[in-house]
Amino acid sequence: MNAILAGLRALDRRWIFLAVGLLVIAPLVFGFHIAPVVPSHRAKGFYDAIERLPEGSTVLVAGDYDPGTRAENYPMHLAAARQLMRRNIKIIGVELYPAGVPLADDVLRIVGAEYGKKIGVDYVNLGYKVGNELVMSSMGSSIPKTFPVDSRGIPVSQIPVMKGIENFQQIDMIVSISAGYPGTKEWVQQVVSRFHVPMVAGVTAVSAPEYYPYLQAGQLQGLLGGMAGAAEYEVLVGKPALATRGMDAQSLAHVFIAFMILLGNVAFLGQRKPAKG
Amino acid sequence: MKREVPILITLVSGLFCLIAFFVPHPFVHDLYGDVQNWAIVVVGCTYVLGVANLLRINVRQAQRREGDWFYKIVLIAGLLVTMAVGFSEGNHYSDVTSRFQWIYRTFYSPMTSTMFALLAFFIASAAFRAFRIRSPEALLLAIAAFILMLGRVPLGNAIHPFIPNAADWLMEVPQNAAKRGILIGAALGVMATGIRVILGLEKTYGGTGEGGA
Amino acid sequence: MLGVERGKAGVHLPAAVSFATCLCSLLLALHVAAFPLKASDTPNDGGGSITLEWTAPQPVAKEWILVRRERGGTFAPVTTIEGTVHSFRDGAVQTGVAYEYQLVAQPTDPQLDSEVSAPTRAVAAWFDRTKVNVLVVAAIFFFLLFFYIRQAESGVRWSFRKIPGLAAIEEAIGRATEMGRGILYVPGVQEIDDIQTIASMILLTKVSRMAAKYETNLLVPTNSPGVYTVAEEVVKSAYGDVGRSDAYRSDQVRYITSEQFAYVAAVNGIMLRERPAANFLLGAFFAESLLLAETGHSVGAIQIAGTANVHQMPFFVVACDYTLIGEEYYAASALLSNDARLLGSLKASDTVKIFLITVIVVGSLLLTFGQSWLTGFFSTQ
Repeated sequence: MNAILAGLRALDRRWIFLAVGLLVIAPLVFGFHIAPVVPSHRAKGFYDAIERLPEGSTVLVAGDYDPGTRAENYPMHLAAARQLMRRNIKIIGVELYPAGVPLADDVLRIVGAEYGKKIGVDYVNLGYKVGNELVMSSMGSSIPKTFPVDSRGIPVSQIPVMKGIENFQQIDMIVSISAGYPGTKEWVQQVVSRFHVPMVAGVTAVSAPEYYPYLQAGQLQGLLGGMAGAAEYEVLVGKPALATRGMDAQSLAHVFIAFMILLGNVAFLGQRKPAKG
Repeated sequence: MKREVPILITLVSGLFCLIAFFVPHPFVHDLYGDVQNWAIVVVGCTYVLGVANLLRINVRQAQRREGDWFYKIVLIAGLLVTMAVGFSEGNHYSDVTSRFQWIYRTFYSPMTSTMFALLAFFIASAAFRAFRIRSPEALLLAIAAFILMLGRVPLGNAIHPFIPNAADWLMEVPQNAAKRGILIGAALGVMATGIRVILGLEKTYGGTGEGGA
Repeated sequence: MLGVERGKAGVHLPAAVSFATCLCSLLLALHVAAFPLKASDTPNDGGGSITLEWTAPQPVAKEWILVRRERGGTFAPVTTIEGTVHSFRDGAVQTGVAYEYQLVAQPTDPQLDSEVSAPTRAVAAWFDRTKVNVLVVAAIFFFLLFFYIRQAESGVRWSFRKIPGLAAIEEAIGRATEMGRGILYVPGVQEIDDIQTIASMILLTKVSRMAAKYETNLLVPTNSPGVYTVAEEVVKSAYGDVGRSDAYRSDQVRYITSEQFAYVAAVNGIMLRERPAANFLLGAFFAESLLLAETGHSVGAIQIAGTANVHQMPFFVVACDYTLIGEEYYAASALLSNDARLLGSLKASDTVKIFLITVIVVGSLLLTFGQSWLTGFFSTQ
């Protein structure tokens, strides 16, 4: 028994890495399914808020993330674009992360092709602007002045979907897909509090708890947390995709980590830990 | 003079920004907006210094054939090639078929995603190595962690619907309460640090040469 | 009256028509402008905004077109508002110019239109009254700060609880010196305008002085050119402060990249190559916190972390030897300096915390008994 515990204590962490890798890859490669995704009330709030918008509304989709959090944010961005375009709602995209522009372009192009939407007429991506909260304040005064051209370099005055859009008063909702700073919190503080635009948010799992107070206060009408939130939303939109497939892998990974906690405590039974702060 | 001028600039601009928080009048707020724009411009200018520093250190290490010098050349080449390609394509750098986009999709996007994905492995090894249940509080924490880890994935709901509901309650009630306490303390710390800096009580951050340890 | 002869019935026909027209106009006037429209300057703003409020009697129009004119001008449409809405903020007006408004019903029905509002000007406020609560707490804080600084200058000393992470800083640097290995100081991933980064620069001064005194190699990789510029000055000055300017090397502080994960990859590479004996992870961190901490552990470094980002604290607590949580991180520089005036600011923030705890408890009790004035005063929305 002591030998086993000693072996566990000396376990090379690369074995742990290998186990995690295999558990994550297996469901993705072999396609087996562990459990169905059940949407939470937060995801339902997100979905219902968009469903309540009248057709022809204009929504600002802020894709404030980059390839680092692609696994969590990209599926929710895609699903949000699907729901919006299915409901014939116009989309204006902005990004406060410079590396997020191609991701937003991809989302709009892919989903636009699915629903037969035209760039410039049904959607546009205004691109990236440096300045974080300053960009948001500036948009509150004038969106065309903040973004005089879109991400293709075309003046916004020549873009049909931007016609009549001056500031947040003409925006019916903000959909914030956010990886951190600048992101959902800044949109709530700078825009929702000042201009009272309804807002829903999709964020990374680790930062989702930070936004529960905003959800409880009604400043957010819905919240998606991480890939799990994205999977729940995909189920509601009716098009299970990347995130839903990833949930089986995530289920196994979570169980493995819980097992590792137990195993670690078993392995170090009887050992004293040095005092620390 | 070298010590006093930065402190005076900090005091004046700090107090001005504090006042601007309470005064919405354009006389103050427009200037506040300008000050923020100046800050963005100054930070933008520091990128020139930053890139110069990056090149200086890595070129020197490559020239001297110091450890892993080959990777310094890869770094320098990557920087220069990406800049050259991006500038050469002008407004079309964001087109789907552009060479800049190819660099983004082939190198930048997968490598960034991969680094983030490493977290999954490190969490597992940290869970094994460091999560010790040595006290009743740690046991409570471990139980909460198990409930949350199961509640956040479909497996938890498949075992029993109580698990995701319990996970939600843990996040919305005790977690929220503790986090708000930490946030209040941290906010007071921010106030104290900010006021110390503004009033010049704390001078060391600007490298103003105070003696002693 | 109109030069037409009387009819046989003795009634003036034109007079009758005139009377009927007047009566109809009077009745119409009574029905037109069915409800008042109240326009007022939007309070607590920088001008350029007028708030409109109304209560439309049933049946309400399906939609309103809000029209606006300057005094003496003609009405022009501003926007369309749903019939169920009862207020609107017009943020596209010039400060100081008098405007009048009217709600015009759609589909057109003059009987459902509102009155024309009284002329109203947008005014810029000199004080945002919604922030009185913030001003009160700030004023209390300032008062307490100066009070405790005065006390400190007159010789009063307070005791503060020991924070193990702070005591470990010198121990960690000493350990690195004994082992002949270096120290790695990571100041977080935010810009220099973030208060966590400023606090990190303050701590960097202290760590640099100790490293210079013990002649321990110090490396500071930064992820922002702004932070690089300040950190370089801090480290150089710290070496000069202890008379070791000759020991300072210009490549000790370096700018890596502003991209989060590229920075993490580079810092991990530095850890694996240089194998520092002590890692200081002090500043604002996001997803990279565990990546840095685990790699640091794998090279056998003693790790002291400090951040105010709540969502990263658990990773540091699990993976590092010492963690400064939230306000401990901000208090660190004051505690390390042992300067009476800085400790006075710490005392002030502790006292304000006690005040806020009291307000929370009292406010919760009052709210339980239906009294919301205290929580209302502290509301920021």
